[in-house]
Amino acid sequence: MTILVIAEHDNAHLKGATLNTIAAAAKIGGDIHVLVAGNGAQAVADQAAKAAGVAKVLLADAPQLADGLAENVAAQVLDIAGGYSHILFPATASGKNVAPRVAAKLDVAQLSDIIAVESADTFQRPIYAGNAIATVQSSDAVKVITVRTTGFDAVAAEGGSAAVESVGAVADSGLSSFVGREVAKSDRPELAGAAVVVSGGRGMGSAENFKLLEPLADKLGAALGASRAAVDAGYAPNDWQVGQTGKIVAPQLYVAIGISGAIQHLAGMKDSKVIVAINKDAEAPIFGVADYGLVADLFTAVPELVAAL
Amino acid sequence: MKVLVPVKRVVDYNVKVRVKSDQSGVDIANVKMSMNPFDEIAVEEATRLKEKGVVTEVIAVSCGVAQSQETLRTAMAIGADRGALVQTDAELQPLAVAKLLKALVDKEQPQLVILGKQAIDDDANQTGQMLAALLGWPQATFASKVEVADGKATVTREVDGGLETLSLTLPAIVTTDLRLNEPRYVTLPNIMKAKKKQLDVLTPEELGVDVTPRLKTLKVSEPPARSAGIIVPDVATLVDKLKNEAKVV
Repeated sequence: MTILVIAEHDNAHLKGATLNTIAAAAKIGGDIHVLVAGNGAQAVADQAAKAAGVAKVLLADAPQLADGLAENVAAQVLDIAGGYSHILFPATASGKNVAPRVAAKLDVAQLSDIIAVESADTFQRPIYAGNAIATVQSSDAVKVITVRTTGFDAVAAEGGSAAVESVGAVADSGLSSFVGREVAKSDRPELAGAAVVVSGGRGMGSAENFKLLEPLADKLGAALGASRAAVDAGYAPNDWQVGQTGKIVAPQLYVAIGISGAIQHLAGMKDSKVIVAINKDAEAPIFGVADYGLVADLFTAVPELVAAL
Repeated sequence: MKVLVPVKRVVDYNVKVRVKSDQSGVDIANVKMSMNPFDEIAVEEATRLKEKGVVTEVIAVSCGVAQSQETLRTAMAIGADRGALVQTDAELQPLAVAKLLKALVDKEQPQLVILGKQAIDDDANQTGQMLAALLGWPQATFASKVEVADGKATVTREVDGGLETLSLTLPAIVTTDLRLNEPRYVTLPNIMKAKKKQLDVLTPEELGVDVTPRLKTLKVSEPPARSAGIIVPDVATLVDKLKNEAKVV
């Protein structure tokens, strides 16, 4: 049994989500190969080769693979897919974009967002915004899977010494082209991988007030998050959104401030180790999942908390 | 130009579902059902493209039980011109739905298919991409802005870390993200008008599609419950608990 993991990267750095996906592959058992499809991505391949448990890294390097276009990346995966029993993608925006395309071409079902491996063909995945966990068995010859990164502890980034092998890149599909990218700049830790997350909701009242969370995040070394309500109201950028349709996080500490706790939000954070909620409404559903709740006005409690830490 | 908009009937997003005690699934008997929220956004976007004069006809389609007709009527009340239901009581997984949709695309020959990015029941996030693969069309998933002109669709997508813009050659597949638009409320006169619009009913057999599930659900269980938390009286107690009890700061 040989497993193919599709690396997530930006052509310069291997993204942490790849290491969690390799961990899921290790649970399935078998040789693990990593595909790096990109442009000028030798450094990424070298980093992947150092990850614990990786037997071989395949590097497909060409300009048409630079921007992760689904048509080209899926074709690249299909080009080398023969012989693999499992094809794993991290359940990130790019993994979710490409994996179903690969599965459909192979005429197999895809398993989305697995959180546990029971055996080589049986996996657990959340459904209904995480309100139920389904155990599903695949009868397909090849299992195409996306891995919820918070479900698996990352393998060590150093220590491995896999060989890097170049593979031929597929031709450009010509169906789509990349126009541009707007990256939200941030000096804080990446939301999905942060050990501490401080999130604000509609209770923050304005984008200006959202800045109140910055000193708290600085003190805790935390990433900033937001509820959908806060994002829709324009208080925070949309890549901060935590929830069923945003990012799924499971930090050591999640601080929810001015967030009521709708089920769609809880789906994105209820696997956090410790949850703290600060809300002035004692009836807010967020207190149902919080380990420590503080019923208080956030505009006084947050500065007090910053001072006390 | 024709647009096809697939819509799904799901448990209303406000309902907190319960797992059945025999672990065979979740209990959806007697709970409120609605159109999947991302699909509403898809219908709204197609309707706006029609109002701009870019699109001539919007066809809403659904796959599933007979009651999905209600979902199609809602789509027609928002602005779809007609509907088609592939009616079956069988369990439909994304690959089967993508195959049914491909058969409908072959029949209707739209230039654009707009789907929701995921259904809030199975949370799969697969059907649009699978349909694109089966048709050999380009895709732009998680769209927050769509412009159609000169045989191309320019789509801004929500990705991890920000936004990216792609240009697709038509025909193409687009899946919607939350911020694409704010779906309009359906008005009573439009609900009445929607009742008179054409709604065709087909079967998977007529379309020649095998919908046998590939994934077998062995059981559905409750997620592990969190132990009950405590309410602390003030910030000082909170900090003390975090430092000395939870040891996370």
